[in-house]
Amino acid sequence: MNGSAARRSTLPGFGLTMGLTLTWLSVIILIPLAGLFLKTFELSLDQFWAIVTSRRTLSALKISFGLSFAAALVNLVMGTIIVWALVRYRFPGRRLFDAIVDIPFALPTAVAGVALTQLFAQKGWLGAPLAELGIKVAFTPIGIFVAMIFIGIPFVVRTVQPVLIDLDVEIEEAAASLGANRWHTVFRVILPSLIPALLTGFALAFARAVGEYGSVIFIAGNLPNVSEIAPLLIVIRLSEFRYADATAIAVVMLVASFLIIFAVNRLQRWAQTRIPAH
Amino acid sequence: MSQPQAWSVPRDNVHTEPGLIRFVIVAIAVLFLTVFVVLPLVVVFAQAFSKGVGAYFSALSDPEALSAIRLTLLVAAISVGLNLVFGVAAAWAIAKFEFTGKTFLITLIDLPFSVSPVISGLVFVLLFGAQGFWGPWLQAHNIHVLFAVPGIVLATIFVTFPFVARSLIPLMQEQGTQEEEAAISLGASGLQTFFRVTLPNIKWGLLYGVLLCNARAMGEFGAVSVVSGHIRGETNTMPLLVEILYNEYQFVSSFAIASLLAMLALITLVVKTVLERRLDEGQIPRDD
Repeated sequence: MNGSAARRSTLPGFGLTMGLTLTWLSVIILIPLAGLFLKTFELSLDQFWAIVTSRRTLSALKISFGLSFAAALVNLVMGTIIVWALVRYRFPGRRLFDAIVDIPFALPTAVAGVALTQLFAQKGWLGAPLAELGIKVAFTPIGIFVAMIFIGIPFVVRTVQPVLIDLDVEIEEAAASLGANRWHTVFRVILPSLIPALLTGFALAFARAVGEYGSVIFIAGNLPNVSEIAPLLIVIRLSEFRYADATAIAVVMLVASFLIIFAVNRLQRWAQTRIPAH
Repeated sequence: MSQPQAWSVPRDNVHTEPGLIRFVIVAIAVLFLTVFVVLPLVVVFAQAFSKGVGAYFSALSDPEALSAIRLTLLVAAISVGLNLVFGVAAAWAIAKFEFTGKTFLITLIDLPFSVSPVISGLVFVLLFGAQGFWGPWLQAHNIHVLFAVPGIVLATIFVTFPFVARSLIPLMQEQGTQEEEAAISLGASGLQTFFRVTLPNIKWGLLYGVLLCNARAMGEFGAVSVVSGHIRGETNTMPLLVEILYNEYQFVSSFAIASLLAMLALITLVVKTVLERRLDEGQIPRDD
């Protein structure tokens, strides 16, 4: 990128492509999203508040956000372990398992949903042994939790992996030569430099799980106040033609996910200033 | 979302963990991925073929299944095609020119990634539904958007919006503008420059974006489910049919359709890996 702004403008097509971009963006994204917020303004503040704080809505939001947070925590820990194994060690099938990490990205959510349900149902491959231990996964909140773990794992792995690969070995060697034992090197030197990537991965997994629908609804059981996620409540309100209710819940979720995205952007800027580029 | 990356070879230096710890970490990683990722995939095929190959193929040749496959292909073709044109235009404007608000524009293009699929469908219900902004007008003119193919296409375009643009922008920014400027100064027209100079340089990145866009378009469930209306044989895409058949306990049929989608996902992953390798090799613009 060494062309100055003046030289760049010698290329044709800026007006055309920019016009096309802004038009398409407005038609597909901006106008529909603006419609969502406009619809909310038809509600008075009291009405909005009454919908959002009704028992069923609050339960759904709590289930969605609470379980997503817990699942993202599991992803954070397991993702770190997986990245460590994939980057630092050699083992048979390493490349295969590296590719497998992307499956939750690639598999359509409805397929993941029916597969997880079948797997964890009372007669399923994993559901049956778990049932003998007295643990019921499918059609309970644990099922939601499991589906959210499935959907979130690639976010942590794919965010942290490039950072661990790029990490300078020299820092480790310096730490070791200064007398730090391996434990100290890992927890005082390596993991701290992974923190921005880990937090970003956590936030992305969290945001994805909050909005997730397809892979969750089959295994969830969908009992109001117990195992009903917020996106499903939106769908139910729509089918009852209670558009205002659906919209209010959607706005709460949208604002939450925008806040998460904002946090991720700040995190990435922080990471860039913290770790000098090499 | 996953950037192309070169694999660094793990170093077997002295600065590593004791053998037992290494073994435990690898075992945990492999066990976790097997239980949470591999087994669900295996279940799909096991269930699809649980009543034999004959039942599998008769499930797939059911008229309802065929109509869902046709609709999915149609919706994907339209939405990928439109997003391809938009994505190339957006990448050209963003990567080849300097202007204020560029970061903000990229954030707007990325928006659909952070919106719940259900909300992506909901926004179109609010615009075109019976109680929506334009619903009454559409009804008066007998135009069907919601619970019809146009609604499904719109929702699919919304959720697949960023893929092509996002895979082209970093690539085209890295390649700069020198080659295009040279072509223009030698008298090439804008279109000639794009097709003869830019396109050969970005073809793998473009294919990468189209691949991911297509996978998502064919597999989208939440957004499409909200706008489709689930009219049998008419507005059911493959993922929606998976849901309907599953809820009717027609497991073989449901998982047979699901197995097609799973194969699509696997093929996408393989091609993606190949393309990432190509992209790694082709980072530097050609000299000729």
